Amino acid sequence: MTERAVPVSRPEFIAQLKKDFGVVEKPLSAWEKVYGRPSVRKTALLALLAIIWELYARKVDNPLLFPTFSATVKALWDGIASGVIPSRTVYSLKILLQGYVAGLILAGLLTALATATRVGTDLLETLSSMLNPLPAIALLPLAVLWFGLGNGSIVFVLIHAVLWAVALNTHSGFRSVSQTLRMVGRNYGLSGPRLVSLILIPAAFPSILTGLKIGWAFAWRTLIAAELVFGVSQGSGGLGWYIFENKNLLETANVFGGLFTVILIGLAVENLIFRNIEQRTVHRWGMQT
Amino acid sequence: MAEPLLDVRGVTLQYRTKEKLVTATYRVSFQVLRSDRFVMLGPSGCGKSTLLKSIGGYLEPVEGEIRLGGEIIRKPGPDRVMVFQEFDQLLPWKTVKQNVMFALTSSRRLSGKAAEERAMQYIEKVNLAPFANSLPHTLSGGMKQRVAIARGMAMEPAILLMDEPFAALDALTRSKMQEELLQLWGGTRFTVVFVTHSIHEAVRVGNRILLLSPHPGQVKAELNSNGRDEPAGGGPTLSQRIHELLFGAKIEHQEVHHD
Repeated sequence: MTERAVPVSRPEFIAQLKKDFGVVEKPLSAWEKVYGRPSVRKTALLALLAIIWELYARKVDNPLLFPTFSATVKALWDGIASGVIPSRTVYSLKILLQGYVAGLILAGLLTALATATRVGTDLLETLSSMLNPLPAIALLPLAVLWFGLGNGSIVFVLIHAVLWAVALNTHSGFRSVSQTLRMVGRNYGLSGPRLVSLILIPAAFPSILTGLKIGWAFAWRTLIAAELVFGVSQGSGGLGWYIFENKNLLETANVFGGLFTVILIGLAVENLIFRNIEQRTVHRWGMQT
Repeated sequence: MAEPLLDVRGVTLQYRTKEKLVTATYRVSFQVLRSDRFVMLGPSGCGKSTLLKSIGGYLEPVEGEIRLGGEIIRKPGPDRVMVFQEFDQLLPWKTVKQNVMFALTSSRRLSGKAAEERAMQYIEKVNLAPFANSLPHTLSGGMKQRVAIARGMAMEPAILLMDEPFAALDALTRSKMQEELLQLWGGTRFTVVFVTHSIHEAVRVGNRILLLSPHPGQVKAELNSNGRDEPAGGGPTLSQRIHELLFGAKIEHQEVHHD
């Protein structure tokens, strides 16, 4: 042990804490609270854009090319009130659901195969890396050859849109489940399907949910695009067909109304359904990455 | 000598990495008696965690055998509950109570009301009753480990296997957890095999300490501990003896690390 030089000695002290300081916490003013909400700021921004649109369209004064905001809102309202837009929406959503559910089932089977066997893993990785970059709509001509001009073709391209995104995310989610959690599951006697359903699926849920969201977004875009190409087979069609039809009739305000509906439904699914699932699961569990 | 609860005989363990085949332990033998607090101690690379996993049934020995109550261990089972070092051993989508109940129900030990009662009984033992309905991510590291211990104990296994359960905790919490573990042991005198790389922790927690040498792990010594680490008649303390056995050189008294 070496002798260390002692620095200049200083007296010890114990401080008395002061009690008469100013503000520790103070509520925000009403304006600060309102302005602090992103939803309020965004609504204000939207209102501003709508006003600019209205003013510009009035100046252009060409309802054929660029209807005013008020005309668009009226067209949308009339479309809803007359029942045309709701029925077209229901028609679109029905096909979408068929394709989405079929895609999910196939993705589940493919992932099960990939989780169980190495060949399955190779198959999934090869197929999805090949087919995932292929836009689903590019398969439409082929689908028409195979399934004819009808909903069968649309369901086929929808399956393609959903399948790879969901399978890929689920599979990578399963692979990233920690070794510790798997060992915990096996410790308590879980194996095979029980291990998958009680440990792997909930543990991989953040990735699975991401896959579901991406799959939904792909499917919705693909559906509208496919309906634009052809929607009328049995004298009825979906929202994409509504847009196309009204373009042919030069009802431009209705075209805008149809586009609005597409946007609104996309937003609703994203913000009402998926946001809700997220809040109740991965957020609550502290698993959001 | 009483009939050993856990009998490890000539166990050689190997595992494969991407590049090579690693021999983790070579012909390790030891016996654990009922109510032992058996500590496996050694530097990293001595195969102590691999050995524990093998007792857990996750890894089959390439040579030798491991028997629990006379039966050869072949696969994981709820009679040997593992407590891991990692905090993610709790299921993040289940509350504290559900995590403990999950162990009981999925192993088909208990179900419904009985599982809930048993779970609460052990959650109270680790003083987490106010947090029974909290989700794991809202708990501190020490609390998570206490839940894992409660979950393991609620199974009332033949043997509790702990793989450096306090290594990821800060020093103060670790010391407190060691104390709590000893108190819990005092209550039911369960059998526990405890892996650690801290000499101080081994001396404090164990009543019997197995020293392993590294690369590959071989038994160096088995020592008794009364938990006090006092020098026997002016000789070296237990932790000094362990240090000497593991690292060879004689060491100065001041240099013994207490972590």
